Amino acid sequence: MNGAEVLRFALRGLAANKMRSALTMLGILIGVAAVILLVAIGEGSSRQIQQNIQRLGANSLTITPSTSGGGGGGGFARAVGGGGGGGGAGRQNGGPRTQAKNLTVEDARALADPANAPSVKSVSPVVTAQSQTATYEGASHAIGQLVGTYPSYFEASNKPVAKGSYFYNDDVLAARKVVVIGQTVADDLFGTVDPLGKQITVSGVPFTVVGVLKEAGSSGFQDADDVAVAPLPAVQQSLTGFGPLGQILVQAKSAETVDAAQAEVTEVLNQRHGITATASADYRILNQETLQETVGAAIGTFTVLLGAVAAISLLVGGIGITNIMLVTVTERTREIGIRKAIGAPKGAILGQFLAEATMLSLVGGLLGVLIAVVGAQFTIAGVQPVIVPTSIALALGVSVAIGLFFGSYPANRAAGLRPIEALRFE
Amino acid sequence: MRAGPPVLVRPVLDPPVLDLRHVTKVYGEGETAVHALRGVSLRVERGDYVAIMGASGSGKSTLMNIIGCLDIPSGGTYRLDGTDVGGLDERRLAIVRNRKLGLVFQSFNLIPRMSALANVELPLAYGGVKAAERRRRALAALDRVGLAERVHHQPNELSGGQQQRVAVARALVTAPTLLLADEPTGALDSKSSEDVMNIFDRLSANGRTLVVITHEEEVAAHAKRVVRLMDGQIVEDARTTPVGGLPPRLAEVAS
Ligand SMILES: Nc1ncnc2c1ncn2[C@@H]1O[C@H](COP(=O)(O)OP(=O)(O)O)[C@@H](O)[C@H]1O
Ligand SMILES: [Mg+2]
Repeated sequence: MNGAEVLRFALRGLAANKMRSALTMLGILIGVAAVILLVAIGEGSSRQIQQNIQRLGANSLTITPSTSGGGGGGGFARAVGGGGGGGGAGRQNGGPRTQAKNLTVEDARALADPANAPSVKSVSPVVTAQSQTATYEGASHAIGQLVGTYPSYFEASNKPVAKGSYFYNDDVLAARKVVVIGQTVADDLFGTVDPLGKQITVSGVPFTVVGVLKEAGSSGFQDADDVAVAPLPAVQQSLTGFGPLGQILVQAKSAETVDAAQAEVTEVLNQRHGITATASADYRILNQETLQETVGAAIGTFTVLLGAVAAISLLVGGIGITNIMLVTVTERTREIGIRKAIGAPKGAILGQFLAEATMLSLVGGLLGVLIAVVGAQFTIAGVQPVIVPTSIALALGVSVAIGLFFGSYPANRAAGLRPIEALRFE
Repeated sequence: MRAGPPVLVRPVLDPPVLDLRHVTKVYGEGETAVHALRGVSLRVERGDYVAIMGASGSGKSTLMNIIGCLDIPSGGTYRLDGTDVGGLDERRLAIVRNRKLGLVFQSFNLIPRMSALANVELPLAYGGVKAAERRRRALAALDRVGLAERVHHQPNELSGGQQQRVAVARALVTAPTLLLADEPTGALDSKSSEDVMNIFDRLSANGRTLVVITHEEEVAAHAKRVVRLMDGQIVEDARTTPVGGLPPRLAEVAS
């Protein structure tokens, strides 16, 4: 008996009960396809999110006020310092900062000074107003994010204008009520009408549309096109008031100087906010690169989780193989007896049933790979899956191992039967 | 104790095909124990054609299972072609079943959904014979039992008599030392029975050793020697024809 012979016997055994073989394979097929597809979806969403992060703007640092750091430090400071003191208090060595400070336009100005921060290319102070209702001739739309900022924001945040133009420093200085709107806003308010030069009303304040942003595409939860960008003072005057900034967007001169820029920004802000080594900062700097790493790790965990869930279905498929092989062995006990009576060695019987089990899992696995590869061509839940080759190898390998492992118990039982008992079996 | 009818050509050192000594078989234990064989001693020389007769329940099938190496005796020794079968492990037993024994059952025991040819090729496949040689020998065996036309039929497409002839072809395709049949005609009509018994006669005439278990006098009349079992013991052992002679039915035709 050579290998080909054993395979032929196994094939014949499987063909004898096509429906059952097909259903058993289906179990493995679903398991393998699920593993590959879910891992592919994990990988796809990971790439998509990485792209979105890149889309935030190249070489950019986002500075936001830190509530947690400020709150903790502040509480302690109040108890000790009695709530007094300005920026000067922080200078004293080791002294905790007395109060969490907000980000201000002055902070932004300090950062824009090349003497303080030579690696910084541009600084854009940002205020945002959420869900402002804009109207135009009866059409109305709640703008997801209305941003008040400086012109450098467009480059730093990677939001090019597709139609019309940006606003300029003049507009900022004059607090002109001009606005650049995102594609979603344009579509909702104007439909097919050209929005350039038209006047929209945002929460009762008229703004003139000067440009439309290039479409960024909606991804994940947020519609990146549901935005409007206007000069900082215009937004502060009419909508948010002259309070603290929501964030400061800093663009470094190049990819190489991002880290240097971060160090410079940290130093300037620490000085201005009176932060020393022992006190926690009242602001946070979001480095695009760090963000990518963090999110990458999170997505990795998420992908592993998906894979684990799929692996369970693969296991269930494996148990299906054991089940069906046990039924097969029982059903064919008499046949096993006949084979033994005409001199089948134990190995041949073992080989035949193992080969049957392995073939079930291998064919099921290969079909699963096929379906996963086909399925990955489609967008699933807004994600374009990206197949990870190792997941194919792993899923196939595991499915074959499952066939061998789960098939070995029934196969051993078959091979170990005494011929006379097997022959007497009804 | 090698007395008996003189035989023309037989090397003195040739061991008997079958040599059972005080073989016993007990099913179950204690109160419910059934003593199916109570010390059976039987020698069968090469070329002999033995019918084992007995009423139902006399232990014929039990004896067949032990001779066919399908079951192990509870006591006594069993030598097959000089080999003590009791001392063999499972692997060697498989080889013995494959090379030395050809078994024919009352219920045919062909493997379903496999063609007659594939069924006959099976013991050769387990014996490691190459595919082409296997096919040639299987076809020859099927031709010998008169089924050259039916080689690609599956068991369920064959009559009982034809199925039994496939089973005979499968038993003799390996040229076994002993052809062993348990009630081979038990499930057949008289015409099919006659076909099968004619094949056995010719095999015997060609020098093959046969042991046929039956309860029909008609079948036993084909054998050269008739052994009668009763309650697990041999009660009669009668030879009608010398070991080297033609089987009685063929001898009748010849004379
Ligand atoms: N597997 C078994 N378990 C228990 N008793 C058995 C078994 N097989 C046969 N017997 C008993 O052994 C005796 C001989 O049976 P068997 O060899 O089949 O006789 P025969 O073939 O001559 O009809 C009978 O009494 C039968 O009931
Ligand atoms: Mg019987």
